[in-house]
Parts: sequence; structure tokens; C-alpha cells
Amino acid sequence: MTHSSDFNAEKASNLKVIGTRPARPDGVDKVTGRARFGADMNLPGQLVGRILRSPHPHAIIKSIDTSAAEALDGVKAVVTRDDFAENPDNHAVLCNVMAREKALYEGHTVAAVAASTATIARKALKLINVDYEPLPHVTDVDAAMQPDAPVLHDTIFTSGVDPVPTIPSNIVARCEFGHGDVEAGFAKADIIVERELKTAATHQGYIEPHACVASVSTDGMSELWCCTQGHFDDRKICAALLGIDVSRLRVTASEIGGGFGGKTTVFIEPVALALSRKAGRPVKIVMSREEVFKASGPTASTSMRVKIGVTNDGRMTACDGEFRLQGGAFEGSPFDSAAMTAFACYDLENVKSVAFDVVVNRPKGAAYRAPGAPMSVYGVESVVDEVALKIGMDPIEFRLKNAVRDGSQSSYGPKFGPNGLVETLEAAKAHPQYKTPLGPNQGRGIASGFWFNYGGETCSNLNINADGTVTLAVGTPDIGGSRASMCMMAAEELGIPYDSVRATVVDTGALGFNEGSYGSRVTYASGLAIINAAQQAITEMCKRASMMWDIPADAVTWEDGYAKPSGANAGEFEPMSLAEIAAIAANTGGPIAGHREHNADSAGISFGTHIVDTEVDPETGRVDVLRYTVIQDAGKAIHPDYVEGQFQGGAVQGIGWALNEEYIYGDDGKLQNAGFLDYRVPVASDLPMIDTVIVEVPNPGHPYGVRGVGETGIVPPLAAVANSVSAAAGVRLSELPMSPPRVLKAMDDAKQAAE
Amino acid sequence: MVQVNISGIMRKTEDSPTVFEVEAKNIRQLLVNLEKHYPEMKPHLDKGVAVSVDGTIYRDNWFQSIQPDSEVYLVPRLAGG
Repeated sequence: MTHSSDFNAEKASNLKVIGTRPARPDGVDKVTGRARFGADMNLPGQLVGRILRSPHPHAIIKSIDTSAAEALDGVKAVVTRDDFAENPDNHAVLCNVMAREKALYEGHTVAAVAASTATIARKALKLINVDYEPLPHVTDVDAAMQPDAPVLHDTIFTSGVDPVPTIPSNIVARCEFGHGDVEAGFAKADIIVERELKTAATHQGYIEPHACVASVSTDGMSELWCCTQGHFDDRKICAALLGIDVSRLRVTASEIGGGFGGKTTVFIEPVALALSRKAGRPVKIVMSREEVFKASGPTASTSMRVKIGVTNDGRMTACDGEFRLQGGAFEGSPFDSAAMTAFACYDLENVKSVAFDVVVNRPKGAAYRAPGAPMSVYGVESVVDEVALKIGMDPIEFRLKNAVRDGSQSSYGPKFGPNGLVETLEAAKAHPQYKTPLGPNQGRGIASGFWFNYGGETCSNLNINADGTVTLAVGTPDIGGSRASMCMMAAEELGIPYDSVRATVVDTGALGFNEGSYGSRVTYASGLAIINAAQQAITEMCKRASMMWDIPADAVTWEDGYAKPSGANAGEFEPMSLAEIAAIAANTGGPIAGHREHNADSAGISFGTHIVDTEVDPETGRVDVLRYTVIQDAGKAIHPDYVEGQFQGGAVQGIGWALNEEYIYGDDGKLQNAGFLDYRVPVASDLPMIDTVIVEVPNPGHPYGVRGVGETGIVPPLAAVANSVSAAAGVRLSELPMSPPRVLKAMDDAKQAAE
Repeated sequence: MVQVNISGIMRKTEDSPTVFEVEAKNIRQLLVNLEKHYPEMKPHLDKGVAVSVDGTIYRDNWFQSIQPDSEVYLVPRLAGG
């Protein structure tokens, strides 16, 4: 059968289940504590795994003596770099999971033990003797780019430049996007604003720490339970690092207490497997919060220069940006996506966007919602706000005048298709918040943002049960309500109630490969697979009905959960329901199912616009968020509650990034605030209700018009809050977070300058 | 002939060319012929690129067709968080 993913306007206008707000299927388990998260898994005979971490930000590991630890009663296994073979294809992940020649950041894993109790494991760690030779370190992105900076890897020769350097440095790569002639564009400008800006590294701040249980049998069959955004990806990388056949490792994803990109890679999982293989017993490792901060994958800190030229009537003539991102101790910061998304909201004749990937002595970065975009968009949208202010133009009108539309060439090259940026700006202009009067020390900020969205490799099954209910098997962990969305899409296609469908995230033994839950891809790609699987099952059910009626299969149609003769010529038969067909499946050919495997490519791009009102306390520099509205194009909201939740969550994480969150390093290269008391994420009492507006401009690559919604919501808030605070404080702030001391200093400096 | 626009890490200098021409009816042919005619691209192609065809970004689909007048860009392989 064919699998069309084209937008179907007639279908999209007659949806019955899609767009409703049924109760979430995981709600009861999560509020009663019945749901099992990563640390809730236990096996008989399980050992406690603990990790020894480097106290140095940069040091040669001259030797590791584990003999005393191994001799301790109750210790069943100790692993070090000697237990992991070189793996050129996964070198960075391997070196991050277990340090090899050098420790590259404070907290880098150096050894691990498995013991019968936590007390013994901790004692064993103290008995491991590591001989370090400390080296000079660097944790700041700009300092790391200097010619005299300590070099982390003697194998890095900057790529993306010609000629290739002959000496190694911390600059991994340079990339460039854009078109036109920016110098010619600036020559046409009436006003040019250029600024240097900075953002701090932040952590995704998921509430559930990383946790896993590994069990390797004497015959090599291996099992892993872990909290993850992608258990098929975990299987692939763990199998490669441990030298296990993929078929001999089964990975099960637990319920997940937040990921936001940070659980798309492995940290403790290969270590637990190595310990279990050596000990011959199951091994459980649970990270402490301090370990999560020091040794999982925060996002990049950045410094950047942004220059924008405009005419007095508000047309952007040229945009130029340089973005420098550190991704921790290994290559892979989101420098390219930062450069690509920076100016993506604007239809520009002349644009140039350059970015650098830089390594420093910090933990290897991982993805964080729309990686790279919040930072570069912060820089661009701050300068956009400033130029609009300088020419006396309303910031929404300014954006509308320059916004990309269907057919605009993107700042990174390809032309955009239909998209909802203009609709989000129009909705912002019409929103009551935009007209609400502001008081003293209050300011309003606007910012827009973009994310690509992604599809990817996906495989889903749908089974028709004998009692007329339906079960779905999906391979993408549910991080944002996807089980409910999958059930709704199956119910919509099959014409049965939502409550008749249940979805399970199955282990890696039950389905073909699925990429993880990232890239805002699950509702789009897994959902499309479920829609196609349902259509395949419908074809089969029509065939079974045709057998009962003794008419050709193509003379049967499916309508509202029933097989029906397609017309008078097909014959007069009572329609058969899904339940009636399912009940006699054994007699008509056996179980009825549908499945779909695809590599989905038509995820629709997404834009959003945020409005935020803040008040600054002139005595302390403290910022209160008074009102906040997120407006975003969802294409088609499957379950609006979850879509609104994604919008709100993105805004809240962005508010934290803008106002308080920050990895603070001392001169000693050590993280100073590895805990939630000193690393301040917003809590409910810090925030107003985040209002939301769902815009629906259909994605032409999905039958209902669905676009991913998980990431775009974190792109505008850094800039929106910065623009609001700058307006409230009366001075432009150009460094995040805008913590009270920084805001107070900016106001004091401005006051002194005025005097 | 298909016109292929390059960007990102492959755009190395201000003066380096940004458009290349190759015979290709699909993405696989495009990548094979780019490597054949422009061997300096091989390290980047080996590391992995995505191909945007008429505004849709394809990461892996070798047999996506390309028309002679298609808009084609080589772009980084991105996913997200």
C-alpha cells in the first residue's frame, strides 16, 4: 500500500479525536508513584556501582593502581581505561565515558567499582591510587581561542579554514552561512548597531538524575535498563564500546523524569555494563545531583558579535554575526545550528553568519532543546530590538516588515516553504498582553525564534486485539506526552474511541531501530508511522470483511470504525465493526496488525514569538516576571494540553537561562555551584501563569499538518526577557544571566555615565 | 546538471566557490559525483552531510530524486534535543 505523508486538507478539517484533550494515560502512575523511573529498577544479586572522578580540570593520568580496592572485601569488580578497547568511530564518547591518557575536566570518570554495598563502594574508591600530572586549564571560550591557551588535544587542527593550520589549537572548526554582500548592505543602512554579547553555560536541569541497571550473563547476553531519550541509540553505542553484538544487548527505557536533550547520549551505561561483565552480577549506578552537574552534558557557553544595518523606514539591509561556542572537552558544540538559526526569522538580501566550535576543560556538552539556537537568537534579537528602538518603530511591526514568508530564502540557504512566523507576530500584536499598560520600572520584550524540527528513522507496530481494543508498540521514549498522541492518531484513523487504544514504549528487542526522542520528532515521525500502520490494518480489515461478504476487497471501504460495502453495486451487507472483525480474526487469516518503518524527512519548520513583561527592583537588581505569553506555530495540535505544556516548559527554561542559571567556574577550573541551591532554576513561585496561543499553519509534509513543537519554545525567551529587562532597567544588558548583581551594576554604570 | 550550493564548514575562505555542478538524478548520484569531481570534498562527505532539495532537508535518503532545476544545498546533519 502507499504511504502518503502529504497534507490532506479535507481530512484535516474533519478530525474527531485530534485536537481534543483526553486524560493522559501515564497520569495515575506518575501521581501515585507507581511509575518506574531509572532508579526504581532492581535485580536479584545486584551490586552498587560508584565512579571515581578526576579532581583536576586538566591532568595527565600517569598510572592507576586499583589493587588495594580490588582486595577490599565486598568489592566484586573495578574498571578503568584498560577495560575499554580503543574505538576510533566513537572516540570522543569513549574518552568521555572513561578517561584515557588525560582527565579533561573536573568530574571526568577515571575508574569505577562494583561492590556489595554503597559503603564498601565508597571506601573502595578511596583506595584507588591515581597518579596525576596536573596541566594548565582553560574554561572560558574566548580564552580558549587565544594562541597561548592551554591546548586540550594535540590532534585538533581547525577545519573549515584554508590553509589548514599546522599547529593544534582548541578551535575545532569554523563554519559560515549566508548570501549577498554584507558590506554593500551596510553601506545602504541609515543606522547600524553592533554589539558583543555573552551567554553562560546552563544545564537542562532534569529532575531525575541519570540511573541504570546493567546485567551481563556469562554467555554474553546483556540487558540494560536506563532513563534515556533513545534506548536504540544507547544500544548502538554501548554495543560498540563494549564489543557486544547489537543482537545480544537488550535495552529498556524507564519512565523519564526529564531529558530536554541531555539524555540523548550515554555516561554511566557503558560503565555499568563493563562492571557487570567483570563481576558476573547485575550492577546499578545512580548519579548524584553533583555528578549530574559535573559529569553529564550541559549546554555551551557563548560569546558573540552581532551587527545589523537598517534603513530609517525599518528594512534590514545587512546582518553579520560571529558566534563562538564551547562544547566542553570534546568537539561537537552546536556551533553550526547556532549560525544557521541566528538570522532565520528574517528575509535578507545580505547576511553572513560565522561560528566556531571550541573545546575547553568542562564536561562534554550534550544537546539542550534547539541546540545553539537560543544563544545566537538572543544576540540577534537583542540587536533587532535595539535597532527598532533607534528608528522609533514598534518591535512587532519591525519584525513583520522583515519576516520570512513562504518562498523566502533562509539565511542558511534553502528557500522556506509555508510557515507561521507572520501569523505568530500578528497574534502577538493582537494579544491583550501587548496592550496592557506598564508601570514604573517595568518593561516589555518581544522576540521571535526558529527551529528546523526533525524526522528520522522510525518503526512502529499496531495490533488489533480480539476484544476490539488496540495496542501500539513505539520505540521512542515518552518525554512529552507521545503515548497519548499516538493513541489519538490511531483512534482517529481507525474510527474508534481514544480509550480503546493503549501505547507502550517497548524495548529494543521488540522493534526495528528507532532514533531517540529528540529534534521535536516524535509526534511527527512516530505519529506518522502509527497513522500509516493504522491504514495498513484498515486495508487488512476491509479484506477480512470482503471475505465474509464474498465480494472483492476493493469493494469495501472503512468509515468511522466500520467496514462497509463501497456502494450499491458491492451488495447489501450490514457494516462490520472493528470489534466484530477482530473477534473472528482467527477464522479469517489470523491476527490483524499494521506496521510501518520509515525515515521521515518532511518535518515542518517552526517559528514562535514571545511577549514578556518584567519589573526590575532598582534597589537590588532583582527581576520579577509579571506576564508572559508564548505564541507558536504547531501546524496542527494533536493534544493541545501537551502542546501548551511544551510552550510553557520552553519559556520557563528560557527564563531561568536568562535570569539566573549559570555554570560558575573558579580560577581553579572547578565548578563552584554543582547543586540546585546554588544553581538557581525557576520554581513555580517565581513565575506567573505562562499564557499560550497555538497558531496552526499546516505542515505540507503531514496529513494533518503536524509540526514538531518541543524545541522552538526555548529559542525566543532569552532575548525576549533580555529586551524586557533592558527596557525596565533603562540600559541594554548584553550578558546572561541577568542576575541581580549584574543588573544592578548595569544600572549603576549607566547612572554614573549619565552624570 | 544540478547546481549544488555549499555552506558551513565547507565554505573555507571568502573567495572559495560556493556553487558546484554535477550530473545527478538523486542524492546518491549527487554525493558520488561530488566526491569524484571534487575530491577535496571527500573528508566532509565522509563525515556526513545532509542535502536540502527544494527546501526539504534529507539526512539519509539516497534515492530522493533531484530535478535539473532543483534548489540543492549541502547542509550539516542536524537533529536536535
